[in-house]
Parts: sequence; structure tokens; C-alpha cells
Amino acid sequence: MKELFPAKQVIGFAFSLLLTVIALAVYFLDMPFAVGMTILLVTAFVQAGVQLKVFMHAGETEDKAAIYTNVYYGLIIALVTIFGTLLAMVWDM
Amino acid sequence: MEFFERFAVPHPSPAIYASMVAIGLVMIALVVGLTYFKKWGYLWREWLTTVDHKRIGIMYLISALIMLFRGGVDAIMMRAQLSAPENTLLDSQHYNEIFTTHGIVMIMFMAMPFIFALMNIVIPLQIGARDVAFPRLNALSFWLFFMGAMLFNISFVIGGSPDAGWTSYFPLAGNEFSTSVGTNYYMIALQISGIGSLMTGINMITTVLRMRAPGMTLMKMPMFTWSSFIANVIIVFAFPVLTVALAMGTMDRLFGTQFFTMENGGMDMLWANLFWVWGHPEVYILILPAFGIYSEVISTFSRRNLYGYKSMVASMVVISLMSFLVWAHHFFTMGQGALTNSIFSITTMAIAVPTGVKIFNWLLTMWKGKIEFTTPMLYAVLFIPLFTLGGVTGVMLAMSAADYQYHNTMFLVAHFHNVIIPGVVFAMLAGLTYYWPKLFGFMLNEKIGKWTAWLLSIGFLLAFMPMYITGLDGQARRMYTYSEATGFGPLNMVSFVGSGIMAIGFALIVYNIYYSTRYASRDISSDPWDARTLEWATHNPVPEYNFAVLPEVKSSEALWDAKKKGHVLFKGKYEEIHMPNNSGAPFLMSVIFFIWGFALIFSLWIPAIIATLGIFAFMTHRSFEQDHGHHISVKEIEETETKMRGAK
Ligand code: HEM
Ligand SMILES: [Cu+2]
Repeated sequence: MKELFPAKQVIGFAFSLLLTVIALAVYFLDMPFAVGMTILLVTAFVQAGVQLKVFMHAGETEDKAAIYTNVYYGLIIALVTIFGTLLAMVWDM
Repeated sequence: MEFFERFAVPHPSPAIYASMVAIGLVMIALVVGLTYFKKWGYLWREWLTTVDHKRIGIMYLISALIMLFRGGVDAIMMRAQLSAPENTLLDSQHYNEIFTTHGIVMIMFMAMPFIFALMNIVIPLQIGARDVAFPRLNALSFWLFFMGAMLFNISFVIGGSPDAGWTSYFPLAGNEFSTSVGTNYYMIALQISGIGSLMTGINMITTVLRMRAPGMTLMKMPMFTWSSFIANVIIVFAFPVLTVALAMGTMDRLFGTQFFTMENGGMDMLWANLFWVWGHPEVYILILPAFGIYSEVISTFSRRNLYGYKSMVASMVVISLMSFLVWAHHFFTMGQGALTNSIFSITTMAIAVPTGVKIFNWLLTMWKGKIEFTTPMLYAVLFIPLFTLGGVTGVMLAMSAADYQYHNTMFLVAHFHNVIIPGVVFAMLAGLTYYWPKLFGFMLNEKIGKWTAWLLSIGFLLAFMPMYITGLDGQARRMYTYSEATGFGPLNMVSFVGSGIMAIGFALIVYNIYYSTRYASRDISSDPWDARTLEWATHNPVPEYNFAVLPEVKSSEALWDAKKKGHVLFKGKYEEIHMPNNSGAPFLMSVIFFIWGFALIFSLWIPAIIATLGIFAFMTHRSFEQDHGHHISVKEIEETETKMRGAK
């Protein structure tokens, strides 16, 4: 029975619904812009992680290393690009 | 009638009308020729529907050469215009259109397909595979590139060329200052071919990671495969930025959004930023495969293994990350503070270090080697000093304070031509000469080849060294004329002469192809250069299935060790080979992309919507299609192998 019930996926699904509800709350509740933005960013990244790990099965095959290298590489480049852009276009303008 | 007015060229000239006639005549000649010689079926069966990586490579190659000439004609016109002060050969508008077209054609439609050509031809052979990972996708990549390029190329006779520079900076590229459809062409043609490049990136990464012959670990891959692999990683991470930027630019121009405008919260500088977030990695996408070619050529013709294989790989991995950390050096003068400029200055200078490591590796490979000056080797040897010069001026430009003097002058123009011509173009020509026998079963003429290399080098020096000087003296780039009092006249005349010599060099390439096709001996071995890597372990030209038996590899120089140390490459006997089927879908889908692009460019909404539906229809069809490929029987393999061996 235990093998048949995809506990990990069901918990993952519930968790990702929870994340969605929290993100949605930013719209309905009245809060400062910075707080709302922080909540959105954090829930978005966690959500992406859940999707990758639980539903797209990253880490379950032999090319685990390649997949995670790829994800981290992408993350680093995205962060560098975003913060570099903010630096050049906004903070230091 | 009103409907057709939009297709008129806003700024016509006799030359443009003449081109219209010429294009029309060429098209008619093609149709008549194909019909007369009954070649339509051949064209469709053997080329338009092919998924064979070698044939796709050849089509990339032909496109790149044609675009080299298109861009070259633009270059000659610009140099002619500038050859004397207050020249009136071209007016300012035409000059703007020409330098814009020249830049885009050379980077996107000459250099990119040239590297894709070599990647397609070489990578599967070098890793001992039968094709790339996704052959059908590969065909789609090519056709999307091709349709994008064609779309861009018709702009000057239908609706007008883009004229805001190959960088297409906003607000100049916005609707307010660029009123013709020219910049729409830019946005949409690049979008279409960019999607193709992105798909090639994914395809090649998968190929390298999953299709290597048994025994070939990552650290046993030949250097060209390594360098292309890194270039494709950069493609996959850099091109999405261009895709997004182009989409935003398109929406600004067609749908009235305000991403890059100067009011309503838009930010024009963001375009420049995004463009270079893609643009700097792009220059490394171009140069890394070129470095790979030089590595192969230098080690083959020095008869030595590549010096410092591991440091070569390490430096490329470092470059792949660092190429994403330097982009702001392209707009040091845009107004950001000293802190930002200093950071990007330092990262830029730092990236010259891994690049320098590679130069030393090549020098040390040649050191004590038995150098043989074939044409590819001649290109490589000429490349080293010339490219180093470009690297040095790059570091000069990297000093942000000094860049206020150099930026947007001919000095900058000299720098990037100095890295791109000896770096990328020479490498591609070396690769073309080196791999020609692999593709066609005969060698290109060495004597003409060497003449070409020397003419290109001398022409290059004459054409671009003067620009360093006039640039430092203040000659701005993208200016269509200058006064006599500036004193730029004589040096610009020298440049013009240099560009003429280069033109002769490029013409010689075509002559060489013609001459060698007619007279070269077909009686060559499968390994005419006495090379070291796997691609030379099969026949010339390569049979459809590449290797009758898949090789087993023990070292990074599999063929050399097979020749010298007696490693056995091919064990076992022939087995049935599973190959992918040809398909017309990639070509047809790309034709629809062409129509889609054209409709969007001219805001023809109904055709655009129909074409969009057509694209989705193709994707749906593909999702449900059953295609298991075909098998080549052992008997057929035996026949082909005997025939190929007999031909030698
Ligand atoms: C040692 C390595 C290099 C350094 C330090 C370097 C540095 C720079 C800098 C600082 C600029 C901007 C200057 C300005 O706009 O005022 C620049 C422009 C440029 N570089 Fe390099 N570069 C290097 C290698 C390369 C390579 C290998 C390529 C191409 C294969 C390349 C292609 C270009 C292009 C196309 C531009 C200018 C594009 C434009 O503004 O239209 N560079 N380089
Ligand atoms: Cu750059």
C-alpha cells in the first residue's frame, strides 16, 4: 500500500497550494510594498524549487549532478544579471 | 493601391532599384534553372527535408559564405564612402542603413551560421556519434536561422532597411525616431533566427553529454568539442535575454507598450543593458569554437598533442562564467557611477587572463613541434599575433576612465574587427579548408589558399590599423563623412585600399572552391592531414551513418593513438543501423515563421494570426506524430563500405 501511495507528491502538491495561497494573500491583505515584494519573491523561488524537485523529478536519475549544476549555474547567472542591472541602471545612476 | 504603399522603400536610390531588378532576375533564373534541369525533386529529397547533420552543416556553410559576401559588399561601400573627405557616394541615410545591415549580417548571419556549420559537421564525428541528439530539431534550427536571415535581407527592397545600428539602441530605435518598418525587421528577423540558435544550443549540449562513443569521458573529448560545448552552454544562458529584449522591443514598436520609451516609466537605457547582457557572451560564443578550431589545427600541424589540455578546459569553463560578468563595459559612458564602472573594468581585465592562458598553450604546443605550414596552419599562425593585438586594445578599452576617449570612435571599431577577423573569420576559413576533404572528398588548393590567407592578413592590417590612429584622433564611428580639416583623409584612403585587398582575398576563396572542384585529385586517403582525432577515422566524404561500427576510445587523440600505439578503434562487426527519417516539417514550419514575421513587420494582423495558428498546428502535429526512423541493413553497410574503400 505504501508503495502505491505517492506521499511525496501529495505533500508537495499541498505545499505548493499553500505557497500559492500565501502569494495570493499579498493581493488581498494590505501591506507595505517592500513586504509584499519579499513574500512574492520568496514564495516564487520556493515554488520553483518544489516544482523542479517533486514534480519534475530532478535528483531522481543518474544525471542528478548535471541537472543541479545546470540549475545552480542558471541561478548564479540570473542573480548576477539582475543585481548588476540594478546596480548600473538604478542604484549607481 | 493604398495597401501597397507600405511596401515602398522610404529612401530609394538607383542602386536599390537595380537590386530589386537583380533579385527578381535571380529568382526567375533559379526557378527556371531548377525546372529545366528537373532538380526540384532532388532539392526537396536531398536538402530541404534532410536531417543529416553533415548536410545541415553544408547548408549552414553555404548560407554563411553568401552572407559573408552580402556583408562584404556593405563594408566596401562604407569604406569607399569614407575614403575621401566630404565624399558623396552615399548619403547619411544610406550610410546608416548600410552599417546597420553590415553589423547584423556579419554577426548573426555570417559568423553564427559559420560556427554552427562547423559544429554540425564536426561534433558528431569527433565524439563518434551517428548524428546529433535531436536531428529533426537540428533541421528546424537551420531553417529558422535561414528564414530569419532571408527576412532580414529583403528589408532593403521591401519597406526599407533598419538604420539604428546593429545594437539598435532605444530611443533611436523607437517609433518616434525610427518611423519606417526597418527596425521591425530587425526585431522580428533576429527573433526568428535567435530561436533557431537557442535550439541548436540545447541540441549540441545534449549531443555532447549523451552521445559520446564508449570510453570517451569528458576529459577525453577533443578540444573543438569542448570549446563548442562551452559555447553552447553560453548560448543557452545568453540567448533568452535577447529573446526577451527583442520581444519587449517588438511590443514597444507594434503594440504601444512603454518598456524602452522615455515617458510613462519606460527606460530606454534598459535596452542597451539587456542587449549587452546577451551581447558580450555572444562574442565569446563566437570566439570559443574558433579557439577550438585553432587547437585542432595547431596540434595536428605541429605533430604534437595539445599543450596543457586541462588548463585549456579550465580556462574555458572560467570564461563561460566570466563572460556574464562584464557586459557593462559596453556602456561605460552612459552615466552610471564610478563604482559600477570600476567593478566592470576589473572583471573585464580579468577575463583577458584565461584568454591569455590559451595563447600560451598554443605557443607551447608549437614550441619544439614539427610545424608544417599548410593553409589552416598558416591561418592559425597569423591569428596569434593579430588576435593578441586585438586583446591588448580590448584591455585598453576596458579601462573605464580611458574609455571615455575611445568609446564610439574608430578605435573601438578597430578593436572588435581586430578580434573578430583574425579570431573568428580566420578560424572559420581554417576550419573550412581543414574539413573540406571530410565533406567533399577532395582538398582545396593549397597555393590559392595560402595566397588568400596572406592577402586577408595584409588587407586586414591596412584596413584596420589606420582606424586605431584616426579613432584616437577623434574620428567617430557611424559618421558618414568628415571635413578635410580633420586630416583623416589619407588614413581612410589606406583603409579603403586594405578593404579592397581583403575583397580580393574573399573572392579567391570562391575561386579556390571552383578551381579545386574542377582540378583537385579525388584520390585522397581518409586521413589526408595525418590528423589526431576521431573525425578522420571514417571515410571522406562521410557515409550517411558516419561510422559503420561505433568506435571505442581510450584517449583524447583516439586516431593518433590508433595509428601510433596500436589502439583498436573499431571492434565487433556490422550491425543494423538505426537512423532518423527525413522530414519536410522543419522547412515548412519555418516558411510559416517567415510569413508570420513578414505579417507582423507590416502590422498585417489577419495573416499574422493565421500564421500563428499554422505554427501551433505544426507543433501539435509533431506531438502526435509516430516516427520510428529507418534501419540500414548489414548488407547495405557492407556495400557502402566496400565502395568507399574501393574509391581510394
Ligand atoms: C581580451 C579580451 C577582450 C577585452 C578586454 C575586450 C574589451 C572590450 C571593451 C571594453 C569594449 C567596449 C568598448 C567601447 O564601447 O568603448 C569592447 C567592444 C567590443 N568587443 Fe571586445 N574585448 C575583448 C575581446 C573581444 C572578442 C574576443 C570579441 C569577439 C570575438 C570582441 C568583440 C567586441 C565587439 C563586437 C565590441 C563592440 C561592439 C559595438 O559596440 O558595436 N571583443 N571590447
Ligand atoms: Cu564585451
